[in-house]
Amino acid sequence: MAAMFLPRILAALVLAPLLFAVINRVKAIFAGRQGKRLSQPYRDLLKLARKGAVYSRTTTWIFKAGPVVSLAAIAAALALVPLGHLGGTAGFTGDFILAVYLLALARAAVVLAALDTGSSFEGMGASREAAFSALAEPALFLCFLVLAASTHGSTLDAVLRGTALSPTEPELALVPITLFIVLLAENSRIPVDDPNTHLELTMIHEVMVLDHSGPDLAFIQYGAALKLWLFCAVLTGAALPPLFGNPWLDFAASVAGVFACAALVGVVESVMARLRLPRVPKLLALACACAAIALILTLWR
Amino acid sequence: MTLFVLALAVLAAGAAASLCAGRSRAANTLGPVFAVAGCLLGLAATLIGPWSEAASAILPWGLPFGSAAIGLDALSRLFLLPVFGLGAVCALSGRTALAHHGDEHNLGAHWFFFILLLFAMALVLAARDAVLFLIAWEVMSLAPFFLISFHDDDVAVREASWIYLVAAHLGAVFCLLFFVILWGGSGETGFAALTALGAAGGPGAASALFILALIGFGAKAGIMPMHVWLPAAHPAAPSHVSAFLSGAMINAGIYGLVRALGFLGPAHAWWGWLLLGAGLASGLAGVMQALGQRNVKRMLAYSSVENMGLILIGLGAGLIGARAGDPWLATLGLLGAFTHLLNHSAFKGLLFLGAGEILHATGTVRLDHLGGLQKRMPGTGVLFLIGAASIMALPPLTGFSGELLLYLGLAKGFAARGLLEQIGLLGSFFALAAIGGLVFVCFAKAYGLAFLGEPRSGAAALAHDPAPAALWPLAVPALVCLIGGLGAPLIMSLAQAAAETPLALYPAVSAESAAMARQAGSILTSVALVGLGLCALAGILALLRAALLRGRPVRIFRTWDCGFVAPDARMQYSGSSFSEPVSAAIGPAVGVTETLDAPDGYFPKRASLAVTPRDLLETFFFTPVFELIRRACDQAKVLQHGRIHLYILYILAVLVGLLLWKL
Repeated sequence: MAAMFLPRILAALVLAPLLFAVINRVKAIFAGRQGKRLSQPYRDLLKLARKGAVYSRTTTWIFKAGPVVSLAAIAAALALVPLGHLGGTAGFTGDFILAVYLLALARAAVVLAALDTGSSFEGMGASREAAFSALAEPALFLCFLVLAASTHGSTLDAVLRGTALSPTEPELALVPITLFIVLLAENSRIPVDDPNTHLELTMIHEVMVLDHSGPDLAFIQYGAALKLWLFCAVLTGAALPPLFGNPWLDFAASVAGVFACAALVGVVESVMARLRLPRVPKLLALACACAAIALILTLWR
Repeated sequence: MTLFVLALAVLAAGAAASLCAGRSRAANTLGPVFAVAGCLLGLAATLIGPWSEAASAILPWGLPFGSAAIGLDALSRLFLLPVFGLGAVCALSGRTALAHHGDEHNLGAHWFFFILLLFAMALVLAARDAVLFLIAWEVMSLAPFFLISFHDDDVAVREASWIYLVAAHLGAVFCLLFFVILWGGSGETGFAALTALGAAGGPGAASALFILALIGFGAKAGIMPMHVWLPAAHPAAPSHVSAFLSGAMINAGIYGLVRALGFLGPAHAWWGWLLLGAGLASGLAGVMQALGQRNVKRMLAYSSVENMGLILIGLGAGLIGARAGDPWLATLGLLGAFTHLLNHSAFKGLLFLGAGEILHATGTVRLDHLGGLQKRMPGTGVLFLIGAASIMALPPLTGFSGELLLYLGLAKGFAARGLLEQIGLLGSFFALAAIGGLVFVCFAKAYGLAFLGEPRSGAAALAHDPAPAALWPLAVPALVCLIGGLGAPLIMSLAQAAAETPLALYPAVSAESAAMARQAGSILTSVALVGLGLCALAGILALLRAALLRGRPVRIFRTWDCGFVAPDARMQYSGSSFSEPVSAAIGPAVGVTETLDAPDGYFPKRASLAVTPRDLLETFFFTPVFELIRRACDQAKVLQHGRIHLYILYILAVLVGLLLWKL
C-alpha cells in the first residue's frame, strides 16, 4: 500500500504549486502576455519561508496556529483522496465525509485567524468564506452521493472511477459540472472570488490572510495549492476512467488531468468576470440543484 | 443496583440538608458536596458492572397505584451518564458562581431544587413503573422552574420561568394522557406489562399513542414547534443551570420517546418519517435561528434545538430502517442518535458553562459587547474553543463521530426500496450537510467575535479569567471532547448496547445489528487514526514553523487594515455583519428583519441599521394563541366581580341546582 501511497502524495506535494503557475500561464496566453515563469510559485514560497514575520498586537496564539492547523488538515484530507486508480488510500466507508470535514477544519483555522486580527476587512473575508462554503459543502456531498449511488461504492477509491462521463449514463455528466463550480468556489477563483484584484472590499480568501507574513503566509499559500490539487484530483477521478490498463500510465494520465483542470480554471478566469457577491449564493444553489437533479435521475434509473 | 439506590439516598439527604441550611453560609458548601457525592456514586453505579446487564429492584415505598420499581439497563445507563457526569460538573461550577450571591439569595433553596432535579432525573431514567415515572417526571419538570427563576428580581427572568412552566406542563399533560391510556389497556402500570402489551390496541390506537408521546416528550426535548421555552429559559437561568438543563435534562425527552416506542410495538413506516421530518425541521430551523442571535446563551439554546433535531433524525432513520428490514440504516441511525446525544451533553454543557464565565467576567453575553477575550481570559477561551470546535464537528474532536454515523446511515439510502424513500433519505443527508455548514458559521461567529479581535466594550477590555477553582470543572467536559474523538469507538460501543433495546422489537434487524456496529466501529477507528496522524502532522509543522522563524526578525506591530491608520474596535465585524451573507439568503424565511435608515443627501448625517431575529412560531403562533386564551379568561372575569352579595347568590343557585338534580 505504501508503494502506491508515496507517488500519489509526492506528486501532490511537489507539483501542487505548479497549478498556480499553469493557471497564470493560461491567463497570460489569453491576454497576449508572456506570463510569469512556471517556477514562480516555488520561488515565492521559498522567499516567504526565508523571511521573518510581523504579528499584530491584537492577535493571540490562534493567529499563529491558524496556518499550521490549516495546512495539516488539508494535507490529511489530501492523503484520503485517490489519484489515477493507483489505490493506496486508507479507503474506509465514508472517507469522503472525513475529507470534507478536514477541509472544514482547515477553513475554521484560517477563518478564526482572520477574526483574530480584529480587522474589519478580514472579518469580511471570514464571514464570506464561512457563508459560501456552507453552501458549497452540501453540493460537494451531493456529488459524492450521486457517484456512490451509481457505482454502489462507499469509499472515495471506489467512487472516483471516472464513470461520470460515460455515454451510457448521461445524467452523471452533471457531476463534473457541479464539482467544477464547487472547485471554483472552494478555491476562491473567478467567478466567485478574484485572487488578483487590488480591492480588498471584494475579496474573500486573499483578504483573510492580509496580516499573515513570512513562513505563516508560505504555509497558507502552500495549503491553498494543495487544496486546489485535491479538488482537481477529485474532478479528474470522477471524469477520467483508467485508459491504459497500466497503473503507472493511468497515473501519469491523471496527473495530466489535474493540470488540465487547472488550465480550465485559467480559461474560465480569462473569459469571465467576477460575479457580484450577492449572486454567488445563486451560483452555488445552481450547483446544488444540478447535483440534486443528477441524484434523482440516477436513483430513478 | 445497591450503589444506585445509595446514590439516590445521598441525593435525597443532600436535598434535605440544603433545605435545612437555608440562608446560612454552609448552604453553598453543603449542597455542592452532596450533589457531587451523589453524582460520583451514581456514576460508579452506572459504570461498574456489565453495561448491558438489566438490573432491577423494588423500593420499599408504598405508592397508591403501581409500585416503586426501578431498574437499570443499557438505555437507562446511557442517559444517566450525562446526568451524573454533568450534574457533578455543574454543581462544582455553580458553587463558585453563586459564592457572592449568598447575601441576597436563599442558596439553600437553590441547592435543594438543584439536587431535587438530579434526584428526579435519576428516578425518571430508572423508573420501571408508569406511576413512579410520572411522579418523577413532574418533579423533574417543576424543579427547573425554581432554578431558572433564581434572579427573580428581573422581569425578563420571571417571564422566562413562566414560559418554561407552561411549556413543561403542556408537555406533561400529553405524557400523562399517554400513560393513562396505556394503563387503561393493560390494567397494570409496570413497564414490563406495558411492553408486553405491544400493539394489542390495534394500529389506530398505537398511532394515536405515538402522537401523544411525540408531543409530550418532544416538548421536553425542545423539538420544533415545542421549542419556544428553550430560548426563553436558557438565557434567564444561571449558567450552571442552563448547562445542566441543556446538556442533560432535555435528553429526558428523547429517553421518554425511545421508551414509549418500546411500548407501542413494531412501528408504522410513517412514524419513522414523521420523526425524521420533525428532526430535520428542528435541525434546520434551530440552526437558522441560532445564526441570527447575538446573545450567546440564546444562540446556544437554539443550537440545542438543532442538536435535538439531529438526534431525532437518527431515531427516525433507525425506525425507518428497522421497519424496512435494513439493518445498516437501523443500527447506524440509532448509534448516531445516541453517540451524538452523549457528545452533545459534553460540548453543550461546556459551552454554557463557558458562556457563564464570560457573563461573570464582563456582565454581558451579547456578542456586540464582547471581543478580545482570548487575550484577557486565555483559560476560558481555550475551553470555549474546544466546545465550539466539537459542536462544529471538526475532527479530531468528539462531535464528529455522532454526525459521521448519521451520515453513514443515511448515505446508504440509495439501497432503500422505493424511489421516494431513497430521495427522502438522501435528501436528509443533504439537509444534514446544510445544517453542518450553518453550524460552522454560527460557532465561528460565537467564538470569533467573543474571544478574538479587539474588545467592543469597556467591560470586555477589563475582563480576566476566573480563579482556577472556577475553571477546573469546565476542564472535565473539555477533556471528554478532546479524547472523545479518538475514543469514539468506545463511546459508540456504549451507544450500541443502548440501541439494542429499541431494536429488540425487530428480530430480523437486531440479529444483524452487532455486525453492522462492528463495521461502524472499524470506520470510527480509521477516523481516529487519521485524527492521530493529523495531530502528529500539525506538531511537525509547528516545529517546522518554529525552525523557519529561528534567527529571523519577528516584529510586533498593529493590524494592517489596508493602510487605515486609526482603526477602532467598533469598526470590527459585528454579530449581525458576520452572519449577513447567510441571513441575506435565508433571513426573511426565519424571521430576521432588517430596518435600515439609510444615509441620504449630499451631506448625510446619521444612519442606522437594526437587525432583529424573531422566532416566527413564537410571534405568529404561540403569542396569538395564548393571547386568545388570555382574552377568553378575561371574559370569564365577568363572574368574578368582587360583589359579595352576588357571590352568595351563586352559592344559593348551586345549592338549589344540586337539590333539583337530586330530586
